Amino acid sequence: MTGNGWLQIALFFLVLLALTKPLGAYMAKVFAGERTWMRGLLRPLETGIYKVCGIDENGEQHWTRYAGGVLLISVVTLLFTYVLQRIQQWLPLNPQGLGNVGQHLAFNTAASFTTNTNWQSYTPETTMSYLTQMIGLATHNFWSAAVGISVAIAFVRGFARHSVKTLGSFWVDFTRATIYVLLPLSVVGALLLVSQGAIQNFDSYTKATTVEGAVQTIPQGPLASQEAIKMIGTNGGGFTNANSAHPYENPTPFSNFLQMIFIFIIPAGLTYTFGKMVKDTRQGWAIFAAMSVLFFAGVWVTYYFEQAGNPNLTKLGIASAATDTQSGGNMEGKEVRFGIANSALFTTVTTDASCGAVNNAHDSLTPLAGLVPLINIELGEVIFGGVGSGLYGVLMFAVLAVFIAGLMVGRTPEYLGKKIEQKEVKMMMLAVLVLAFTILGFAGAGANLGTVGNSLGNHGPHGFSEVLYAYTSATGNNGSAFGGINGNTPYLDTTLGLAMLSGRFLMLIPLLAAAGSLAQKKLVPVSAGTFPTHGPLFVALLVGVMVIVGALTFFPALSLGPIVEHFLMHAGRLWS
Amino acid sequence: MATTMTPPTADPVTLMPKKGSRARPLFDQTIMKRALKDSFVKLNPRTMMKNPVMFVVEVGAAMTTILAARDIASGAGIAGFTFQITLWLWFTVLFANFAEAMAEGRGKAQADTLRKTKTETTARRLVNGNGKTETVAATELRSGDLVRVETGETIPGDGDVIEGIASVDESAITGESAPVIRESGGDRSAVTGGTKVLSDWIKVKITSNPGETFLDRMIALVEGAERQKTPNEIALNIVIAGLTLVFLLAVVTLHPFAIFSVNASGSGTAPSVTVLISLLVCLIPTTIGGLLSAIGIAGMDRVMQHNVLAMSGKAVEAAGDVNTLLLDKTGTITLGNRQAVEFIPLGSVTEAELADAAQLSSLADETPEGRSIVVLAKQKYNIRGREVAAHEAHFIPFTAQTRMSGVDIDARRIRKGATDSVIEFVHEHGGTAPTELMDVTERISRSGGTPLVVADRERALGVIHLKDVVKGGMRERFQQLRAMGIRTVMITGDNPLTAAAIAAEAGTDDFLAQATPKDKMDLIKKEQAGGRLVAMTGDGTNDAPALAQADVGLAMNTGTMAAKEAGNMVDLDSNPTKLIEVVAIGKQLLMTRGALFTFSIANDIAKYFAILPAMFMTMYPVMGKLNIMGLHSPQSAVLAAVIFNALIIIVLIPLALRGVKYKPMSAAALLRRNLLVYGVGGVIAPFPGIWLIDRLLGLLHLA
Repeated sequence: MTGNGWLQIALFFLVLLALTKPLGAYMAKVFAGERTWMRGLLRPLETGIYKVCGIDENGEQHWTRYAGGVLLISVVTLLFTYVLQRIQQWLPLNPQGLGNVGQHLAFNTAASFTTNTNWQSYTPETTMSYLTQMIGLATHNFWSAAVGISVAIAFVRGFARHSVKTLGSFWVDFTRATIYVLLPLSVVGALLLVSQGAIQNFDSYTKATTVEGAVQTIPQGPLASQEAIKMIGTNGGGFTNANSAHPYENPTPFSNFLQMIFIFIIPAGLTYTFGKMVKDTRQGWAIFAAMSVLFFAGVWVTYYFEQAGNPNLTKLGIASAATDTQSGGNMEGKEVRFGIANSALFTTVTTDASCGAVNNAHDSLTPLAGLVPLINIELGEVIFGGVGSGLYGVLMFAVLAVFIAGLMVGRTPEYLGKKIEQKEVKMMMLAVLVLAFTILGFAGAGANLGTVGNSLGNHGPHGFSEVLYAYTSATGNNGSAFGGINGNTPYLDTTLGLAMLSGRFLMLIPLLAAAGSLAQKKLVPVSAGTFPTHGPLFVALLVGVMVIVGALTFFPALSLGPIVEHFLMHAGRLWS
Repeated sequence: MATTMTPPTADPVTLMPKKGSRARPLFDQTIMKRALKDSFVKLNPRTMMKNPVMFVVEVGAAMTTILAARDIASGAGIAGFTFQITLWLWFTVLFANFAEAMAEGRGKAQADTLRKTKTETTARRLVNGNGKTETVAATELRSGDLVRVETGETIPGDGDVIEGIASVDESAITGESAPVIRESGGDRSAVTGGTKVLSDWIKVKITSNPGETFLDRMIALVEGAERQKTPNEIALNIVIAGLTLVFLLAVVTLHPFAIFSVNASGSGTAPSVTVLISLLVCLIPTTIGGLLSAIGIAGMDRVMQHNVLAMSGKAVEAAGDVNTLLLDKTGTITLGNRQAVEFIPLGSVTEAELADAAQLSSLADETPEGRSIVVLAKQKYNIRGREVAAHEAHFIPFTAQTRMSGVDIDARRIRKGATDSVIEFVHEHGGTAPTELMDVTERISRSGGTPLVVADRERALGVIHLKDVVKGGMRERFQQLRAMGIRTVMITGDNPLTAAAIAAEAGTDDFLAQATPKDKMDLIKKEQAGGRLVAMTGDGTNDAPALAQADVGLAMNTGTMAAKEAGNMVDLDSNPTKLIEVVAIGKQLLMTRGALFTFSIANDIAKYFAILPAMFMTMYPVMGKLNIMGLHSPQSAVLAAVIFNALIIIVLIPLALRGVKYKPMSAAALLRRNLLVYGVGGVIAPFPGIWLIDRLLGLLHLA
């Protein structure tokens, strides 16, 4: 690890920290329907949408109707994207004349983009037309992100409100999330990326002759506009197969820096929004701090083991120490323009948040560096996490932490003035169970199937990691992969698609139910006897609960994957 | 207020109460014997099913029993190991059952004692009001019947005295041997079936039907027959059951993962079912699962040991959550009575002269205030009670109309009483009250005292300062309560001025002056509307609605039946200060649950480090690196973890029954302390524990 590397990581965190409060305060105003400086410009659009769609701006919904809205928009867009892929051959904006997408892959992709996962079992350049990418996939990047933000806001309202039955209006939250938050950020983001050299065109693919005289096809397309929302909405589905390692998507170290900021900006801002909404910003900062602790732990482990490299190569006399002229460490699967520090940081960021965009090949990470993305996702995507889903996920853990340890202050547990009782606990456990069941259940069912085995690019423990990573990524709605696995088989397409839907909706519905129950409760006033949920002690507790619950659930599986692979690597045992 | 004064039972410094007369040693011989037997009876799967965690262990134990039988029959080398695992899994279940049986046993022993007092009683029922009685069995009495009870007889049922006065031995219920007076009318009219009339006779109107008497309810309560899971217990059970499912999943999927790994490495075998069951049992929260119901029962029992009868576990739990304590001034914050503390003479009158007159007027005054005046005069001026028989003395008693009392002795007409009444008396005799009189009385009122003006015909002699005496140690206790986030409100019939002064002296956070039952009720509702939980004590019939409204209503046993019915706890010692102890017990109950739960989960980390390397070393020998405890063989590692898991239940039974140590402090400080002890401690403790058991197993050649 180098000082320069850590300096860049520190700079990244400081910029994020500086942006958290302004964006968080802005979002709090947006969702409270208060005036913001964007209002003059976007208000007509907002009211126009309400009028056209017949939405009552002051409407209020019970949690069941709120959840109904979430499901409705998700099902409709899922079907739309499925159909679009199945008939893209006959539709315009398809200069390469790409054929219709097969049913399993179309389902997988539609589920993937609907759930904010953006797992890609296909090579975009040779599978999806410009039209499919733009009105199918890119719009999902907005919708799925807006759904996540809306649910988070509704969940927070469960704490912020008291003695009421409603959580706000999904349609209003959804509209506001899209036009006041996602749209402006993407426009600015896309322009910034274009300034760095990201492309934006509708040209057909370029044919180029290389120095050696070989002919190369270089894909083109409207990349920059999709790139910005891919990051800002923590979607992660690349326009190109190489994703953010591709020079058209992520041309410079600065664009790389911007992309990482884009991934974290809304999840980080939402922690402040949360504090604002519950009228105690310390609560939001406590959540931010807990996330930061886990973030730095992840970066440190990844960076450390990537820089340490592979001892077997060192033994062969390959210098792996960093010098002024070479990066050292494990450069397999990495872009030279990003180097080890920025690759390790990107890997951590993209899996902390449920983004899943990659600027390096996760499959090529050293075993313990590869463990980090797995754990990040298995914790439930709560280290900043997906847009919205990170906040409601971490609050789920906060409720559990309060329940587990809160009794120790001699009161029935309460969080933010709300008593945590049977109903909430039931819903939280349901969500935890869904995560564990989906990941372990599918991985367990698939591990020994021949059809899965044939998809694996590696044998030994790394092959196991590939299977585990696939279902982990799908369930956590992350979308990144240990690329060694070929996901495009009917079995994997279907089961991964189901894992994505389960990881998204079976988590989100119980949480909304809990929010509905919380909103109805009275507010217990704070006193010296109240369990304090700000300050370092709570941060430590929250981190501890997340790590212990996550570790206890997944440690056996992980020990047969990355952990044993690490020991074996040091023992010099190699696999084909 | 009708309260019998008992000395405060709590140590004022620690707030944790000393135990009452019913305390039993934690491991009573007879209770242990019965508990041992019950641990086996409870193995019945239908009983076990109520406790999902332990049920899983039982199912696991049943499965390994079959496997052990198979191994032994086939003479497999693994038989010894399977057999030992089976044995310890059964022990795990038995230990948990034993904990529960121990907790229950204490209540059952109590119930047996109570049942003995419920011997066959006969009653003399009055027939149609003509004064005649008929003898019937007590069990035939119905609500509304009238009975006559005489010296030496047992009162046949719960009821209200409607005629007569008697001293009653209530030790059967309260454990307190000093007799109490029961009389018709007022707040001391309630009698309880099973208690004994010691002298005189009373006519009682029965208020309960057979099987519904206080004694019946008490037996049912201490026995735990009516025990229902409390809301927090249910919520905790859900989390525990949820975690059990998660671990079940983690262990079940380990099987295919292991098969994949065996194929990948080309060596080793997938872990056996015995080992997988062992891992599962070690991971699921058996510690808290096994002790949870014991903690709840023991909490109720602890309340009982303080001679408080909680009608439900929910009430005890709510006590831990209380935000506001409503405390009656008299008997709780102050000693029951006002006492004379100062003589303030007026004009040319000397203090001794005033003291002499005051004492003279109080010689026949049997009220505590009157007696305190006599005592103060004696202490300060050595004026002895004198023989008044030589004089022509005529004592005037206090009446509500005159609001004065006094003595006509020889030519003197000495009166003491309320300021305006005595001034009027002075005016009637042609005198005038000096202007400084009003200053003095007002000063006394403002300081929270009561002025008693003394006059002799037209001369106003001076003022006696009567003061409420705040009980020792109350200020410190209120401070502790405040640190715990509990607000105290003093309830008094005094005027606001007096109330404010006493509240300030005692250190309560707030007060409610000139409180009527309706005011009390309104206050409770207001607090509850703000999301706060309220606890209060009461004994009168007019307290009943407020007792019912409060989240914790502690009724005094000396109080009326209506009050006892309305509250959710009855203090058999009738000591209103005990409300504070009840709150502490409630908190302790919740803390014990939290502490053992946290400990239970934290333990799992070490168990992984024991069992996982043992499981995976056959396929990947490098996994031995995870064996950080250096356990000597895979079998002994698994066995050591299972044994530790079983033994920790036994080790923690005393903690579950006694409750974790509780010192009043802020939530933040409590959390820091308990997280360190039970969280961090829970992570660390199993490492040396498992290591030690592994060594012992090695020494004994058991694995």
